[in-house]
Amino acid sequence: MTAVLNAQGLGKKYGRRWALTDCDLEVPAGHVVGLVGPNGAGKSTLLNMAVGMLTPTTGSVDVLGAPAGTQQAKVGYVAQDTPTYARLSVADHLKLGARLNPAWDESLAQQRIQHLELDPKQRAGKLSGGQRAQLALTLGLAKRPELLILDEPVAPLDPLARREFLQDLMEAVAEQEFSVVLSSHLVSDVERSCDYLIVLVGSRVQVSGEIDTLLATHFRITGPRRDRKDLPQDQHVVTESHTDRQSTYLIRTDRPILDPAWNVTQLTLEDLVLAYMGRDVRPERPVLEVQR
Amino acid sequence: MTWLTWRQFRVQFLVVASVILATAVVLAVTGPNLLDDYHRLTDNFIANLGFKRLNPLLYRVGQVLLYAAPPVIGAFWGAPLIARELETGTYRLVWSQSISRRRWLATKVGLTGLAAVAITGLLSFAVTWWSDPIDDAINAGQDSNTYLPRMFPPTFSARGLVPVGYAAFAFALGVAVGLVVRRTLVALAITLAAVILIQIITPSFIRPHLLAPTDQYLVATSENIRGFMLSGPDSNPEVRQIEVASGSVGAWKLYDRTVDKSGNVVDTLPNWTMQCAPGPPPGLQKQQQPATSPERDACFQRLADEGYRQHVKYFTADKFWALQWREFGFFVLLALLLTGFSFWRIRRDLS
Repeated sequence: MTAVLNAQGLGKKYGRRWALTDCDLEVPAGHVVGLVGPNGAGKSTLLNMAVGMLTPTTGSVDVLGAPAGTQQAKVGYVAQDTPTYARLSVADHLKLGARLNPAWDESLAQQRIQHLELDPKQRAGKLSGGQRAQLALTLGLAKRPELLILDEPVAPLDPLARREFLQDLMEAVAEQEFSVVLSSHLVSDVERSCDYLIVLVGSRVQVSGEIDTLLATHFRITGPRRDRKDLPQDQHVVTESHTDRQSTYLIRTDRPILDPAWNVTQLTLEDLVLAYMGRDVRPERPVLEVQR
Repeated sequence: MTWLTWRQFRVQFLVVASVILATAVVLAVTGPNLLDDYHRLTDNFIANLGFKRLNPLLYRVGQVLLYAAPPVIGAFWGAPLIARELETGTYRLVWSQSISRRRWLATKVGLTGLAAVAITGLLSFAVTWWSDPIDDAINAGQDSNTYLPRMFPPTFSARGLVPVGYAAFAFALGVAVGLVVRRTLVALAITLAAVILIQIITPSFIRPHLLAPTDQYLVATSENIRGFMLSGPDSNPEVRQIEVASGSVGAWKLYDRTVDKSGNVVDTLPNWTMQCAPGPPPGLQKQQQPATSPERDACFQRLADEGYRQHVKYFTADKFWALQWREFGFFVLLALLLTGFSFWRIRRDLS
């Protein structure tokens, strides 16, 4: 199966500042991918390059097996802040979608508008933030893409609208079976809806992989103070903290932890993401990738 | 894409188009009467024109609208076309549909640009057709203080193809500026100012270079003398320049300088040339001197004898369409270059 997203040495520079550097990614099809990172980490830059809005400074990114931006009909995109034409009505937006997309699913679009109880005559400028996001999602879904990319779609929404939006998205994924990449700066959004995780911090990909695999290979170990040099080779340290007597490591390993001195605990997804977000980002650090 | 272009553009279009269509209809209705008067009154046509107050008014309205159309189209059709999408972020919505940026731009620019050219063309055709009897009468030598020959800059830019060229240029400029500055209001203001500036400077800086003018050396006489330029105190003024008529009715004179017998341009003429002046300098004498007098004739004779000539350059009235085509072509070329720039720019990163 071809990767929905395949980045090789991808980088983007604005003036003198690198928004994204050395990004290598291979995301298999059939996942709902959560792209998590703090604001300004380069999430939008990565997604904008994936849909062809931006051209890479270095490297390349393939989407659905072809260079980004070449298969517009197959890739849906809901941009940040879900822009809509303020003076065009809801019905106008659907008409726009129908006119500009060969595979447009009009009945799906109409169903969603009815379900959302949007007035087709209402101008988009008068919709609430949640309704606007839902309208943008409707355009993205009715396009019938193989891959739907959403850039911080729920960021401006209140918790209730946030939940509804993600629920609708998940229902659509279950029915139509397409891949999704969505970015967020909140772990809870990802936890609720995604099965694949990419953590992006300081313009670099810190970790990526299926969430189940990530949770099964990351542990917090606590025990008598010990130097990181003394840990087994296959235990990669994500973070560490020490007191006079005690050491706490957050490690990634594919093997069982055999040393009885350690007190081993499982991580929640939030622990895991925060651990990667929290560590100081040094440019030389190699990117960790979970083996499949 | 055609539908979306129209949906976004229709308000601006209808505002401008309704004004222009209304004007065109009024001109079409009143035009035949004007033409009748022209045939009926022949040599007295211009002199009698003022008696029907509507006609001078319509003449002005047509002229003003043709001057206003290019800046208005550039600023209100061209500038917001892309700038508004960039400003509100909606370009990200439309570019994520299954349509390439270039096709999107081509449809928007193509249809709106075509509308700009068509609507200005309609207005210019109506005004040119309506004013034709007046322009003809003036070019045939009928005197007027109100109406200028169509070769003269104020009239020239409000006839024929030139306004259409300006409109195409203004529109393309608006689109390109909007794409660069990405702010609707800023792009609108820049375009408005730039197009008006271009309209002002074109007659002096661009038009004279579009076609080779008729180049002549004339002897100043009491018949063809048109003006004296004086400087210094009233009691003892210096004659800086003399102006003469080109002798060609309806021609637009670009250049008129006195040269001496060796062909050098004279900055200040000898003092005795004061005698050639048609009347006394203001304030010296109350009474008007007769048009010809022995002193005056002698003065012109001396001017000719000493080898002074007037070097004049002008476009004759029959060059009207040649010059129209050249200027139209020049601005259409600029419009195409600007549009080419926009297509190049749209392919590059915008966010």
